[in-house]
Amino acid sequence: MVQRIEMSSVSRRDILKFAGAGACTALATSLLPGLAMADAKLAAESIKKITGGKTPTMGKVTLELPQIAENGNTVPVGVDVDSPMTDADYVKTIHILADGNPLPEVAVFKFSPASGKAKAATRMRLAKTQNVIAVAEMGDGSVFMAKTEVKVTIGGCGG
Amino acid sequence: MLDRRQFLQVAAATAVISGAPGMLSRAAARQTITQDDLLSFDSVGQVTLLNFTDCHAQLVPLYFREPSVNVGVGDVKGLPPHLTGKDFLTAYGLKASSPEAYALSSEDFSALSQTYGRVGGMDRMATLIKAIRAERPNNTLLLDGGDTWQGSYTSLKSSGEDMVDAMNALGVDAMSAHWEFTYGADRVKELIEKLNFPFLAGNVQDTEWEEEVFESTKFFERGGVKVAVIGQAFPYTPVANPRYKIPTWSFGVREKLVQQRVDDAKAGGAELIVMLSHDGFDVDRKLASRVSDIDVILTGHTHDALPEVVKVGNTLLVASGSHGKFLARLDLDVQGGKVKDFKFKLIPVFSDVITPDPEMAAVIKKIRDPHEAKLGTVLGKTESLLYRRGNFNGTFDDLICQALLEERDAEIALSPGFRWGSSLPPGENITVEQVFNQTAITYPNAYRSKMTGQLLKDILEDVADNLFNPDPYYQQGGDMVRVGGMGYHIDVNKPIGSRISNMTHLKNGKPIDANKEYVVSGWASVNEGTEGPPVYDVVTDYIKKKKVISIPPNDSIKISGL
Repeated sequence: MVQRIEMSSVSRRDILKFAGAGACTALATSLLPGLAMADAKLAAESIKKITGGKTPTMGKVTLELPQIAENGNTVPVGVDVDSPMTDADYVKTIHILADGNPLPEVAVFKFSPASGKAKAATRMRLAKTQNVIAVAEMGDGSVFMAKTEVKVTIGGCGG
Repeated sequence: MLDRRQFLQVAAATAVISGAPGMLSRAAARQTITQDDLLSFDSVGQVTLLNFTDCHAQLVPLYFREPSVNVGVGDVKGLPPHLTGKDFLTAYGLKASSPEAYALSSEDFSALSQTYGRVGGMDRMATLIKAIRAERPNNTLLLDGGDTWQGSYTSLKSSGEDMVDAMNALGVDAMSAHWEFTYGADRVKELIEKLNFPFLAGNVQDTEWEEEVFESTKFFERGGVKVAVIGQAFPYTPVANPRYKIPTWSFGVREKLVQQRVDDAKAGGAELIVMLSHDGFDVDRKLASRVSDIDVILTGHTHDALPEVVKVGNTLLVASGSHGKFLARLDLDVQGGKVKDFKFKLIPVFSDVITPDPEMAAVIKKIRDPHEAKLGTVLGKTESLLYRRGNFNGTFDDLICQALLEERDAEIALSPGFRWGSSLPPGENITVEQVFNQTAITYPNAYRSKMTGQLLKDILEDVADNLFNPDPYYQQGGDMVRVGGMGYHIDVNKPIGSRISNMTHLKNGKPIDANKEYVVSGWASVNEGTEGPPVYDVVTDYIKKKKVISIPPNDSIKISGL
């Protein structure tokens, strides 16, 4: 159910080692030419595929994400859709996408009225600062969405 | 309380304790300020909150210049604490050259330091706290916002234990934290065992199961009022400081969780809810507008000193400065679970006019005695005012960058924009203690490596966004990274990637080439395994060689968008 994305055989950690030392910083994705080629277009195409061309309505979906990733390799993400989860009104699937990753599709969660709640959590790798998007398809075919920016920083000089 | 003669005797004794050469500041000698003036306060209500934060392990009096540049962006542009110098004095109706002006602004600092002298010292702080506790025996709560265990030679050598002893002696009722975590997870847990009071950090969870690592809330009864204190550690500790030292702890602002803690405290019968926070002022200003029912936020991290509380909705925000320079007193009248009335005073701890508390002086003496010779070792003298605090290069940073360039044979130097570090007026000796006051960290190695011009730009852009992102929740660090050997322009209002321009290699006046590699030296890398000599040794060697330090005005950084 949960797709995992591997950026390539060169891990972010290897790159950090290669870079040696930043200011009071670590170094991240500006060193990844050719790896982080993806842009928001790919994610938009994926969303189109999911919704069959419909434009999702903002709302009903809540994303739980850190504002700033502590570790881009494993960013916790939670998603929650406001729904009574009855036969008449329920959430069918939730898609999580990361619009700056080489492969934007992160995870798909499937639900039925028997699920009781439309809520899920996982961890993902984020290659750089980008938007994380959750798209929820409802039983009646309507589509809802939420979007949050997560900063993947090269580090700072803590106060 | 003391007559003039007694006072002078005490002050002379004090000078010995603080290791200061015997001269008393002129204001103290003339008694233009007195201990009684500092303590004078018409109490209100049932609860007295006493608060200091970010003392950075400073046990003895020092100089500390407030910033001359503290830029606010977005909604907070021009709002306190983003006011400096004359603007600050005007906003708060303070007279130039007054004791308050000296304590709260950077105006005329070198000259006024001769008049008003040093500030802080935990023995002076203890005197104030004891006096207020004597006046309000069952009403007083003493809260420390954290950044207490790090920032000095003795704290580094004792891995924070000296400050645990000092804070236990001071009778702190609860603390929160940030730099404490740089001693590593095991040491933090060890030191918490030695504390006589709770270490509150409700926003720290383990990475595996998202369970709480520390206590979040502590209830106290003061003046018949049930007070809940909710602790919040610096939300971006694993980003701004080495994550490898606390690999299984996760932080964050966690707004929803804060609301949950507040609701739980209310349900538990709390009539007054106090958040002891290391979020930083702008983060807390935003948080106060989004989390309901917090009565008081004792802010920290950003080292702001404000002589009045800032009100956000019904929440009172206190900013009590840093380095033991101030003690904040907030009296609250609580009726039916609401604050009906309050009174506030930010008390400057003028070292020369406060009688040191003998018990605390003894604790400090015990801590420092074994190191006294080393601490007092004179390395050189400064002809310039040395300071760090401010959004961009301070003179102490310029000194560190010069040391890195020369001692590590580099073309460009990078030095972290920490907010801590004492100041030193012109004419003063630079001692080993002064060097450690700028550099005492657990990851001090001064690296030397090659970086492309593009990488240097990316670093500046990234750090600038940590400071000037218009959304405070995305501000995760200290001030701007300090640079040596390179100049640049910055437009604080642009988005990430386009704030920095005109990067120039100062040695030859040429633009920095994105594709060229430069030899860079810096320190405080958050990466594990960084190699190089500790920066305090590098700086020590440099000052010893130079003997006399003079820092020319730094005009290599041009700022726009203000």
